[in-house]
Amino acid sequence: MENHFEVIVIGAGAAGLTAGIYLSRAKVNTLILNEGAVGGQMVLTHEIANYPGVDSISGYQLARNMKNQALKFGAKIKSNIKIKSIKPEGEIKSVELTNGEVYTSDALIIATGGRSRTLGVPGEDKFKGMGISYCATCDGDFFQDKKIIVVGGGNSALEEAVALTKYASSVTVVHQFDHFQAFEHYVEEARNNPKINFIMESKIEEFIGDERLTAVKIRNQRTGELTEMEIDGVFVFIGYAPNTEMFKGILELNDYGEIVVDKNMSTSLKGVFAAGDSIAKRFRQVTTAVGDGTVAALSAAEYVNNLKKSKA
Amino acid sequence: MLHTNLTHVLSKDEHSKLLQENENVMICCGRMGPMCIPVYEAMEELENEYPHVKFADMEFDLPDASVIRDLPECRNFAGLPFVVYYKNGKVVKATSSIQTRDQITAILDEHFGKNN
Repeated sequence: MENHFEVIVIGAGAAGLTAGIYLSRAKVNTLILNEGAVGGQMVLTHEIANYPGVDSISGYQLARNMKNQALKFGAKIKSNIKIKSIKPEGEIKSVELTNGEVYTSDALIIATGGRSRTLGVPGEDKFKGMGISYCATCDGDFFQDKKIIVVGGGNSALEEAVALTKYASSVTVVHQFDHFQAFEHYVEEARNNPKINFIMESKIEEFIGDERLTAVKIRNQRTGELTEMEIDGVFVFIGYAPNTEMFKGILELNDYGEIVVDKNMSTSLKGVFAAGDSIAKRFRQVTTAVGDGTVAALSAAEYVNNLKKSKA
Repeated sequence: MLHTNLTHVLSKDEHSKLLQENENVMICCGRMGPMCIPVYEAMEELENEYPHVKFADMEFDLPDASVIRDLPECRNFAGLPFVVYYKNGKVVKATSSIQTRDQITAILDEHFGKNN
């Protein structure tokens, strides 16, 4: 593989793959580098039912379609790589992988997305897959007639809490605030479900068990009271953190670690664009990521073409 | 059948034959779900790097997948996929839920050795 590309896209979720499709379709020599499996957060979605023009599709299938489309138009994709360092300053950008390979480009699109937040409390790593889960559709049926906790207060948490009542004997929603961030219809549906009860203003402080999870310690944030609750399973849905650590001190980030972009998806560095869940924005949907990826690709293509003209 | 490029194990007999014919075996038993797909993809890529390991998948909901679901090493598992590593037909390691390529590689290196 040639080591210089007109554009390198970092990330192969909805935003990165869309950028790859647009760029390669426009005959811009493009490489997509991706840590982990192609598809990003899209793959973590069981069913996508509000993607225009598509009645219903699994996240996995939509990701596969996008990947094949990008490849068909000529984009190169390297997945499951590990990035050692990125030098986005200057006219030639470079990306070094941990295996020693170095790729350079005229422009960069950062579409590194986000990852599910974890609680980061004792026992969480130990009991992952042995009582602690981050995917209701994957693991719900392991908790038939069991007592479970759902942690979180956003749309995902309440939607999944309701879905998990299909399996569990009871679902306790544990949320750190005295109110939910979810849309009202999700809150109403959860409140009307007789299997769901709520512990508000509280946080899980520790996961307890031997070979598998058997209990949790819960701290009331207002009173400071610590209680222990016997439980068979815990599902964690507390939002996403942007994958932007490697850009700290290099690109302008906001207080949440999200990349600040303008309407063209340009970052604080010339020739560096960003799109998808890694940027500062309000709504995080596959469709908004696709829109971001489109804008970033068109902006990057324009940047590359102007660069060519200036050198001609 | 799972939509992967891995060797598919469809029955207890095929599972048994696979273990008899291969010294080092990694089987990912799951569905085409969010926690399973990253593991299959890592395995597909690692196939070329570890020719001394046989990489296979098995659909979790097949009745014959009980050969994996009912293993003592998996009795506390409550997260897909169940991944089992066999050496000379014996289980040497089993994991539950999503694993990164780095985590898988560490297990392969520890139990089956690096590719020379």
